[in-house]
Amino acid sequence: MTEPATTPSSPASPAFRRILAQAGFEARSILRNGEQLLLSLVLPIIVLLGLSLTGILDVLGLGIGGHSPVAVATSGVLGLAIASTAFTGQAISTGFDRRYGVLRQLATTPLGTTGLIWGKLLAVLLVVAVQFALLGGIALVLGITAPVAHLAVVVAGLLGTAVMLTWGLVLAGTLRAEATLALANLLWVLMASVGGLVVAHDGLWGRLVSWTPSGALGDAMRSAVLDGAIDLRACAVMLAWTLLGLLAARRFFDFDGR
Amino acid sequence: MTTAPLSLTGLGFDYRARPALESISLTADAGRVHAVLGPNGAGKSTTIACAVGLLRPARGTVRIFGADPVAEHTRTAGLTGVMLQDGGLPMAARPLAVLTHLARMYADPLDVTALAERLGITGFADRTIRRLSGGQRQRVGLAAALVGRPRLVFLDEPTAGLDPQASLVVHEVIGELRADGVAVVLTTHDMADAQALADTVTIIDHGRVIAQGTPAELTAAADGAHSLRMRLPGDAPAGLAAALEAFGTVTVHGPVLTVSGDIGPAALAGLTAELAARGVRVDDLSLHGRTLGDVFLELTGRSLR
Repeated sequence: MTEPATTPSSPASPAFRRILAQAGFEARSILRNGEQLLLSLVLPIIVLLGLSLTGILDVLGLGIGGHSPVAVATSGVLGLAIASTAFTGQAISTGFDRRYGVLRQLATTPLGTTGLIWGKLLAVLLVVAVQFALLGGIALVLGITAPVAHLAVVVAGLLGTAVMLTWGLVLAGTLRAEATLALANLLWVLMASVGGLVVAHDGLWGRLVSWTPSGALGDAMRSAVLDGAIDLRACAVMLAWTLLGLLAARRFFDFDGR
Repeated sequence: MTTAPLSLTGLGFDYRARPALESISLTADAGRVHAVLGPNGAGKSTTIACAVGLLRPARGTVRIFGADPVAEHTRTAGLTGVMLQDGGLPMAARPLAVLTHLARMYADPLDVTALAERLGITGFADRTIRRLSGGQRQRVGLAAALVGRPRLVFLDEPTAGLDPQASLVVHEVIGELRADGVAVVLTTHDMADAQALADTVTIIDHGRVIAQGTPAELTAAADGAHSLRMRLPGDAPAGLAAALEAFGTVTVHGPVLTVSGDIGPAALAGLTAELAARGVRVDDLSLHGRTLGDVFLELTGRSLR
C-alpha cells in the first residue's frame, strides 16, 4: 500500500469550482427540458404579447393608471418569469430529484448540501438573466416607453429570485413529488391571475396580496419599470419571506423523500 | 498512529422518537472488505447514511480518517465514494454527462471514459438514465462512487438486480479496490457474495451488532458444523427420518431431507448405507459445512418480518 493511511490531504476540488459545475449542470438541464422551457419562456412571452397587443388590460379594467399596456405587461411578465423558473420549475425538478435520491447522492460528494443550494441559486439567476434579456428585447420591439430604473429591476429580480427559490425548495423538500408538481403549478396560476404578480389589484385584495411574495415581487417590478423607483416596502416583504423560508427549509427539508 | 478509514463507535440514531440504531460499532480498514449484513429494516442503510454524514447521529461518533463527516464534510466526502441503493442519478441526463459532472467535484478524478469502459457503460452511453435498466443504472451508480478516487467506498447492495456478467465485474472491481488499499464497506443480502468478498462481517439486527468477525470465525463458531441435504424423487418413505436421527437433527420439507450434525466420514458412510438398505433413491445430495447464510438465519431467525 503506497497511500498514507493517516490524514490524507483533501481531494476535493475548490468550492467555487464545485458550485460553478453544479450551476452549469442545473442551468443546462433547465434549458434542455421542454416543460421547463414552456414554463420559463413560452408562457411569459405569450402573456407579454397578449397583454401588450390585445387591449385585454383595458377590457378587464385592470390598473393601468395611465401607463402604456406594453410597459404594464413588461413589468408583470418579469415577475412571472421569476416565479416560473425559481419557484414552480425548481420546486418540480428538485421534488423529483429528491424522490430519485439525486439530492442524497450529491450530498455525499464534496459539493454537499450548501454547495447544492448555491449551485441552484446561480443556475436560476443565470436562466432569469436569459429570460430578462429575451423579454426585454421583445418589449423593446413592441415599443416600450417607461422610465425604467435598471438598478431597481436588478434588486427586485435578485430578491424575487431568492424568495421564490426558497419557497420552491421548501415545497420540494417536504411534500411528495406529485403533490409538489400539482401545488407548484396551481400556485403559479394563482400568482399570475389573482396574486398581484402580473397586474396590480385594487382595494382590500390588492393591499392583502402586496404582503405575499408574489404581490411584493409584482409591486417591486411595477415600481422599477413604471415609476423608475425602488419599492422599499415590497423589497422588505420579499426579504422577510426569504428569511422565513430559510428557517422553514432548515427545519423541515427532508433529503430522503420516500 | 494510523487512523482507520472508518470508525463507528456506539452509533445511535432515532427515527420518530424510536431508536432505529441502538448501538453500532465497527471499523473499516485499508485494503479490507467489510460486509454489513442484516434483514430488511435492520438498520444497514441508516448506518451508512450516518457514516457518510447524510444523517446526524443521536449518539456515538463517526470518524472518517479521523474526521467528523458532518463537521468536516468537504474533507471526508472527498475521500469517500458512495453508491446508494436507489442510484441517485438525475433521470434526464446521460451517463457520461453525470459522471463528468461528478468528476468536477474532485481535484484528481479518474478518467471518465476509461471508467465507463471498465464498467461496460459505454454501450448504453447514448441513453438517458430514465431509459436504462436497473442493472445498467446500478453500474453507473458504481462508477459515480468510484470517479473521485476514494480511499473509502460504501456500496449499498451493489449486485442487487445484476445479471451474472455484471455481477462478476462488480466482484472484480471490489477486488481491485481492495488490492489498491481502499477500504470497502458493503451491505448485501447475498450471503454468497459476502462469503466470497468479505474480510470482515458485521451482522446487524434491530439496530444492534449481533455478530462480528471473519467469515471463518463466524461459520466455525458453533458445533453441528455440517448439514447434509438430499432431495428424493417423492415424499420421504415412513421411518426414514427417524432412522436418520442417529446421525443428527433431521428436518423434512416434502421431498427434501436435511440432516444437521457433526457428519464425519463414518457418519457419511453409515447414512448412505441406511439409504441403500431401505432402497431409497436420491436425486440430489450435498454435504456442506456451515455457511454464512446458515449463521445469518440462526442469528436473525427464519421467520419473515
